[in-house]
Amino acid sequence: MISIENVDKWYGASQVLENISGRVEKGQVVVICGPSGSGKSTLIRTINALEPIQKGTIRVEGRDIHAPNRNVNKLRAGIGFVFQQFNLFPHLTVLENIMLSPLKVARMDRVQANQLARELLHKVGLHHKADAMPANLSGGQQQRVAIARALAQKPPLLLFDEPTSALDPEMVGEVLIVMKQLASEGMTMVVVTHEMGFAREVADRIWFMDAGRILEESSPEAFFTSPQHPRARKFLADILHPGMEPQPPADPPAAQAIRLKLQPQ
Amino acid sequence: MHLDFSFLLSHNVLTGLALGVATTLKLFGCAWVCGFSLALLVAGLSMIPLAPLRQLLRLYVEYHRNVPAVVQIMVWYFGMPQVLPDKIGLWINHNGSEFIFALIALSLNVSAYMAEDIRSGLRAIPATQIEAARSIGLNALGALRHVAMPQALRIGVPPLVNRSLILFKDTSLATIIGVTEVMNQVRAIENATFRTFEVFIVGTLFYLLTSLLLMGFGAWFGKRYPATFRS
Amino acid sequence: MIHILQKYGMLFLVGPWPHGPLGGLGATLILAGLGLAGSLPIALLLGLARISPWRLLRWPASAWVYGLRGIPLIMIIFWAYYLLPVIIGDTVPPFPTALCAIIVYEAAFLAEIVRAGIQGLPPGQMEAARSAGLSYVQAMVHVVLPQALANMLPSMVNQFVSTIKATSIVYIIGVQEITYVAQQINTIEVADALQTYLILAIAYFLLCMALSSLAKTIERRLRLRQAGVSRPAGRPIRPQFGEAQ
Repeated sequence: MISIENVDKWYGASQVLENISGRVEKGQVVVICGPSGSGKSTLIRTINALEPIQKGTIRVEGRDIHAPNRNVNKLRAGIGFVFQQFNLFPHLTVLENIMLSPLKVARMDRVQANQLARELLHKVGLHHKADAMPANLSGGQQQRVAIARALAQKPPLLLFDEPTSALDPEMVGEVLIVMKQLASEGMTMVVVTHEMGFAREVADRIWFMDAGRILEESSPEAFFTSPQHPRARKFLADILHPGMEPQPPADPPAAQAIRLKLQPQ
Repeated sequence: MHLDFSFLLSHNVLTGLALGVATTLKLFGCAWVCGFSLALLVAGLSMIPLAPLRQLLRLYVEYHRNVPAVVQIMVWYFGMPQVLPDKIGLWINHNGSEFIFALIALSLNVSAYMAEDIRSGLRAIPATQIEAARSIGLNALGALRHVAMPQALRIGVPPLVNRSLILFKDTSLATIIGVTEVMNQVRAIENATFRTFEVFIVGTLFYLLTSLLLMGFGAWFGKRYPATFRS
Repeated sequence: MIHILQKYGMLFLVGPWPHGPLGGLGATLILAGLGLAGSLPIALLLGLARISPWRLLRWPASAWVYGLRGIPLIMIIFWAYYLLPVIIGDTVPPFPTALCAIIVYEAAFLAEIVRAGIQGLPPGQMEAARSAGLSYVQAMVHVVLPQALANMLPSMVNQFVSTIKATSIVYIIGVQEITYVAQQINTIEVADALQTYLILAIAYFLLCMALSSLAKTIERRLRLRQAGVSRPAGRPIRPQFGEAQ
């Protein structure tokens, strides 16, 4: 579904993505994680051309996203994107937020768009908020509306840029539940996140990034029990045991302990 | 349309334009100095928690900001001589009353705007700064002078530069009472030589180039003295 | 002062009307209102051109904005006075002349307000709209401009106040607005010049103060509404100095 080949990206003189390559198959859930500044948000933003790239190719469903003569609006309509800051349109109601793309891009008629929007709102558990303004919703509710808005494009794939990082802890769960349900329904997803519990449970592959490179790419089992790259080990140690020295690859009893720690509450 | 700039070579025209430029710059400079000094005073006084004083200052600022500069010039030039004591009136008349009244009107006008810009600069300073100043032993005036104003003035550089530019353009309004600044001279030369577009182009270029110079100076000044105090 | 008001009150308000065209304060308001209305569409286009990625649009728009902001309005009024008859080929009455000058002048200032309004929105709004597949124009029309125009409202009202003050100079080419009326009265009542001009000043004062406080009220309402946007419900609003964000 997504193929990324030898992508390089610079901001001015500094290189933020270095020789990035990877594939995401249909129905896969890929989690990209890593320390701040590793380039993971930049990478996911290049997939729907919010950021340009200088070298390499990114193809979504076979189409080159950064080709010079591409119809970028049409390509973007086929990719759902969920932002860290939700970015709902504050001057429109929740329903209108979801209906905007179907009406203006897919050129659906109003009745159909309305019905689609209501179905999607029901799916994320917010059908009672159809006529509310985004300002009157909590963060978790806003993000769920944002997911519904992305789903309204009927996209074959969804990209998530740290979807829960801007939420208060008690609201993270309600968003993760929606994301888990989408994954179980077979949606292709690429998620940049710090939520390791989610990664452990739902991801098919984990891409670990640091300083603009993908340093490790493995199954969640392999990544959490025996990370190979020293920086991956340090990252996991910082997340799971902040302040402690990083441990060498764990032997089975310790691995058990880590696995228990990763269970969601 | 046939443009002929040869009239510029006439001695009279050149002296007339030179007088215009000199008067404009003199009026701008004096009004700026007077206006800025007044603005500092008004902004400083407005920090005193005395209700009648604050109301008076409020009235001063609101009057000069809501009444057009043209009308302020008219009030001073046509209206004030009525109430000025005779001695002062006579002295003013002997010493170029038009320039003096235009200067007074423009100074007061710009001082009100600048006072507001300085005051919003003062408001932008966190209260902790004043607390720190008082806790090292400075009294209120000292805190204002050594801690608050320097920061407020730096924050206020962009709006103050903008206001200076507006003051420069407003000097052209003095033509309505006959001050011999550029706008006035342009009109007089037009009247005498009928080379309308040529002389207006010259006048427009003067204002345009000087404005761009002022904007450039303002940008440089803002970089040289940034609000964040990073050198 | 009361005596002047009693004698010339109507003249101040509406000029020679109904025995002539509308003048006085009425003419001031209509001139300012039409000036703002006429310059708004131009300002929208100029503002968008100023932030567009194409040099062919950006440079002329910037030239217009910087150029007109560097020239006094009185100069532009005289340019209109001498240039318009040449362009039209016939004499142009003072009111339309002044109106054209004001529209051209105000467009430069409003364009900057438009630009600030658009650039003041969080960039995430444009990104979210484009990510959903909307084109640049669609995103502008349905997402950016509705929000930007609401934000610009206080600045636009303030600009209207500036325009009203700016109309005070057009008497010089014969437009019979309120300053012209004051000049007329002064030639008759020379002994009471101060009163006449104070009435003029107070008229502007009241009008502009009322509109400025309208602008402040709008700004306050907008800030309260916006504070509910940039943070999810449930978090307390922290007191802000200066602009809300």
